[in-house]
Amino acid sequence: MAVIKSIEELEKIREQAKDLINLRKDNETKTRVVVGMATCGIAAGARQTMLAILDELKKRNVENVIVTETGCIGLCKFEPLVDVIKPDQPKVTYVNVNEEKARQIVVKHIINNQIIDDWVIPNI
Amino acid sequence: MEIYRAHVLVCKGTGCTASGSENVMDAFQKEIDKRGLSKEVRVVQTGCLGLCELGPNVLIYPEGSYYCRVKAEDIPEIVEEHLVKGRIVERLLYKEHLTEERLRALTDIDFYKKQKRIALRNCGLINPEVIEEYIANDGYKALAKALTQMTPQEVIDEVKKSGLRGRGGGGFPTGNKWQFAANAKGDIKYVVCNADEGDPGAFMDRSVLEGDPHSVLEAMEIAGYAIGASEGYIYVRAEYPIAVKRLEIAINQAREHGLLGKNILGTGFNFDIFLRLGSGAFVCGEETALLASIEGRRGEPRPRPPFPANEGLWGKPTIINNVETYANIPEIILKGADWFASIGTEKSKGTKVFAVGGKINNTGLVEIPMGTTLREVIYEIGGGIPNGKKFKAVQTGGPSGGCIPAALLDMPIEYDTLVQAGSMMGSGGMIVMDEDNCMVDIAKFFLTFTQDESCGKCPPCRIGTKRMLEILERITNGEGKEGDIELLENLAKSIKASALCGLGQTAPNPVLSTIRYFRDEYEAHIKEKRCPAGACKALIHYEVVADKCRGCGLCVKVCPTGAISGERKQPHVIDQDKCIKCNSCFDRCPFGAITKA
Repeated sequence: MAVIKSIEELEKIREQAKDLINLRKDNETKTRVVVGMATCGIAAGARQTMLAILDELKKRNVENVIVTETGCIGLCKFEPLVDVIKPDQPKVTYVNVNEEKARQIVVKHIINNQIIDDWVIPNI
Repeated sequence: MEIYRAHVLVCKGTGCTASGSENVMDAFQKEIDKRGLSKEVRVVQTGCLGLCELGPNVLIYPEGSYYCRVKAEDIPEIVEEHLVKGRIVERLLYKEHLTEERLRALTDIDFYKKQKRIALRNCGLINPEVIEEYIANDGYKALAKALTQMTPQEVIDEVKKSGLRGRGGGGFPTGNKWQFAANAKGDIKYVVCNADEGDPGAFMDRSVLEGDPHSVLEAMEIAGYAIGASEGYIYVRAEYPIAVKRLEIAINQAREHGLLGKNILGTGFNFDIFLRLGSGAFVCGEETALLASIEGRRGEPRPRPPFPANEGLWGKPTIINNVETYANIPEIILKGADWFASIGTEKSKGTKVFAVGGKINNTGLVEIPMGTTLREVIYEIGGGIPNGKKFKAVQTGGPSGGCIPAALLDMPIEYDTLVQAGSMMGSGGMIVMDEDNCMVDIAKFFLTFTQDESCGKCPPCRIGTKRMLEILERITNGEGKEGDIELLENLAKSIKASALCGLGQTAPNPVLSTIRYFRDEYEAHIKEKRCPAGACKALIHYEVVADKCRGCGLCVKVCPTGAISGERKQPHVIDQDKCIKCNSCFDRCPFGAITKA
């Protein structure tokens, strides 16, 4: 890598490098996105859903979001299920999340704080 | 830059490397590649996580799940369950000693709760071989701040105000040391890092170098700016191959990025750092001997003054600080002296790293605020004494320190309280002893070490410690005489008063402190020819209690010398001439029919 010639350049590198270790720090204050990844979830395409979320987050340079997986919660017919948990806010569960929905959840809910009511788990 | 949803951190410190973390890391990478997860999950090597006893250690983020004693066979299960399905593998999680509870996150573990990590802030968090990870966690920010916003004198004042004292042994105020070197006349000055960690059982400095080498480089540059030096030397022992390798990588990376060399960060400041490998002589941890060794001469101490601050390396003004001392500097510059001084006690500021070993459940590396009590370290962080045995004493300061008995367990850990108790802070080794340890034997062990490592330059150390050792050998062989204790005390006092360097002056400490707190054990050895702990082989013998022996023959099977014989279902006997006192029969007997006296 090139020589760092000034404090400004050092700060620029620091900014770029933040993502390298971001995931290891202050995780309790970040937004959590939890994808159902049990057999039922994977069969319904949860991996593509999760990859789409990761891709969208990367594209839009969103920081402070954790993407993680969980097992079956018993609502297999609604898989892929995706939970979005913002700090100090109640958990929101989305159902039948395909790739396209996943990308919109990132944009609308995670970035712009608008819950997409139509896709939220129905009261059954 | 790629965004990864999970990071798998594998400890690659010396402890975990020895227990096979290299294979574990390879297995993770292979399994992750095989499952096509390499764009989502990143495998990272880190420095010491602290719980060396339970290695190889693996930490998985974002959950912070702490897996212990991970073997290569476990990897497919961890990847399948944890990384694919999000189900934590409970059976490999860290288990609390007292409650037996499996804990899901690092932050819940008692071992970490009481710790405060300043010198170890990056150990187990970043990859020590990637400079960007160090920079990402505010690395080289303190250097930038010092170079552009502070004068050299302001840097020294900040270090003085922080109350930081040397972490290598004596506890001399670091800021004062820097001030002396800054005031010394001369256009060439040097900054030296003492990484010649020689105490048996101590590995604090090694862990910092292995886990966070850049913090030491950054601190040495700040020191260089403060005193007006443009060259630094790190004297590290060749027995630390991983530390040496990571230092070499770090120095090269810093040079490539212009963080070492000419005109650093465009400020006109020049500084470079060179490595010197020591060959493992304990005396080379003494500053004047260390300087002699760097210069290529025999590693022998010389009288002070002149102090290195005035006449050090090649006769030029030099500051010598220990690795851990340097590791604190960037944080002090960044967060300020007041922040640092708010941690710890009135006379001992900040934190101290200890390598806890011996008879303790959580062998490993801990960093605690000064003023924490020994009881908290041994029981709450260290998880207590294994096998339900009773705590007897703890040795701090290695061969230069002393034993602290159970009665002083509630003593806060500070430079001055430890000295009052007849020990010292030292570099931070902490060896825990239980009821099976004989204190005379312990004193003999440490004196054997210092005797062996004495450079031989001054007679008090060369001859005096030899005589002391001979007396201790006599006592543990059952040949002790009346007056031996007084003779030991006398010799110890003269050696302390007359030896040339710190090694000799402190060598009698283990003997003096064990006499002070465990005089009855010495007396039992001398007067009754008895070792109360049953550790001195010359003073114990094994016998079969005929009433309890059922003649099962288990002892016959384990005896390596065939010293035990007897008819089946009849009481057995031990042939004292053949017995080598290995304790095997004592451990094996299910009926408690073998006695040791």
